[in-house]
Amino acid sequence: MDKSYFEVIRPGINTTFQDLGRKNLYHIGIPFSGAMDNRNFILANAIAGNKENTPIIEFAYQGPLLKFKGEKINFNITGNVSFNLIKKDDQIEGNCYENYTLEDGDQLDILSTNKSVYGYLAISGNFKVQIQWGSCSTNTKANVGANDGKKIEKNQVIKILDTHSHNSKRKLEYLNSKIESIRVIRGTNFNYFSENGKKNFFNEEFTVTKLTDRMGMRLEGTKIENIVDTNIKSEGIVKGVIQVPTDGNPIVMLSDHGTIGGYPKIGVVISSDYDKLVQLPPGSKIKFKEIELSDAELLFKLYQMETKNIIAKIK
Amino acid sequence: MIKNISNLGDAALYCDFGNEVNQEVNSKVIKYFKNIKEKEIEGITNLTPSYNKLIISFDLNLTNFNNLKKIIENLELNELEKIKSNKIKIPICCDKEFALDIKKLEKKLKMSEEKIYERFFSKEYFCYMTGFIAGLPFLGDLDESLKSRRLETPRVKIPKGSVGIAEQFCNIYTFESPGGWNIIGNTPTNIFDKKNELKPNLINPGDTLVFEQISIDQFEKHNG
Repeated sequence: MDKSYFEVIRPGINTTFQDLGRKNLYHIGIPFSGAMDNRNFILANAIAGNKENTPIIEFAYQGPLLKFKGEKINFNITGNVSFNLIKKDDQIEGNCYENYTLEDGDQLDILSTNKSVYGYLAISGNFKVQIQWGSCSTNTKANVGANDGKKIEKNQVIKILDTHSHNSKRKLEYLNSKIESIRVIRGTNFNYFSENGKKNFFNEEFTVTKLTDRMGMRLEGTKIENIVDTNIKSEGIVKGVIQVPTDGNPIVMLSDHGTIGGYPKIGVVISSDYDKLVQLPPGSKIKFKEIELSDAELLFKLYQMETKNIIAKIK
Repeated sequence: MIKNISNLGDAALYCDFGNEVNQEVNSKVIKYFKNIKEKEIEGITNLTPSYNKLIISFDLNLTNFNNLKKIIENLELNELEKIKSNKIKIPICCDKEFALDIKKLEKKLKMSEEKIYERFFSKEYFCYMTGFIAGLPFLGDLDESLKSRRLETPRVKIPKGSVGIAEQFCNIYTFESPGGWNIIGNTPTNIFDKKNELKPNLINPGDTLVFEQISIDQFEKHNG
């Protein structure tokens, strides 16, 4: 079976192997990484009939164009994605959250994510990937993880280790919902900001800028005024932390963030809203809403339960 | 020893050891870090020690802030075996092609290039923490007279091996990265080796460093 593979005709913008992330390495400077949108990652593996943490392909904006060589395999795509399955004498417009079969010579053209950023491609089986520190997650800045820590490139080959024959008709009716506001817990430097700054942070709208990637999301809007110091002694950061540097524009730290930072933290995005946050493309408007820790914990439980319920609906 | 524990979001503890930055405070942070690491407490996914803070990240599926806070507050600390602190010698070349900000520093510090390097190379440095990017060491303390602010506008790309100074600290960029420190030289020594999964970092918290100035010829020989 290891003779099956994909040829990369077009790599897409930011196509990498990801799983659920890499633990216990912040202290040496290696971030958690892993799939940006955990729910869509988990759903792709569930529809494929894989184990939850199986390495799959993540793409952003424009996905890859792949030519399949080998025996039949099943695949599915999750997110909000337009893609075509190009067969010898037929072209099928694909639906997300639905298994399809690829045969020798077929092409899979992942055209774009729609009003969102990330999508996932899972095969029923395993890609042949390097595991580093217990994870395949590709961190292209440190060149750590699968594919020598690099994005998937034009003309390379993506090898398939093994496949399992799974019901090719498996699918799920699911729509990614849009988020009205991103819920945030006060950060450890909340009092570095003026009364006006705090008020603006929770009342005004911010725009996601183009300077947004797997490391961080830069926002623009009303400047958040700092009245204490625009630098702090460098200290640890976690994903979802919102730092406000000297220019007053907030930056949300995302999965490949630097492990240490020196800007004041005004807030932290709650765990249950992270998947929806990262799917907001440049130009989107964001509003932050303050909530308490106990509510955030409850919302996370509900979010995890909801994911389980969605998986239970796969037929 | 921890002055205060608060929450950083819903999935991390923020342990505050105070505002001062010195080796004594930092060794308390390292003591907690090593003790917690050894105990393999359920749910903890990451520990990030820094100058005077320790961030403990956890999996919200397995535990929560209040549970972990109690565990950390009641933690029995084992004395660390006198950590075998390594003394590491790092060669640095200060040729103009590497010392990107030395001219600016001469003005900022009102000191000649010779004097800056003399003071820089005469000290031993202590590694407080590693991070930001993989393996990057935060070293201190610089001679009082070499304290300077970061660049007003950070560089988008700093070459691998660059040695930077800012405030009372110095660092080494383990690979090409953005950054705002004043660059005064470059080392040919590889500080981060991703292939060495057990010990990827050459320099670790608690280590002592001495820098040795080398010529451009020696630098090239090293890389040859």
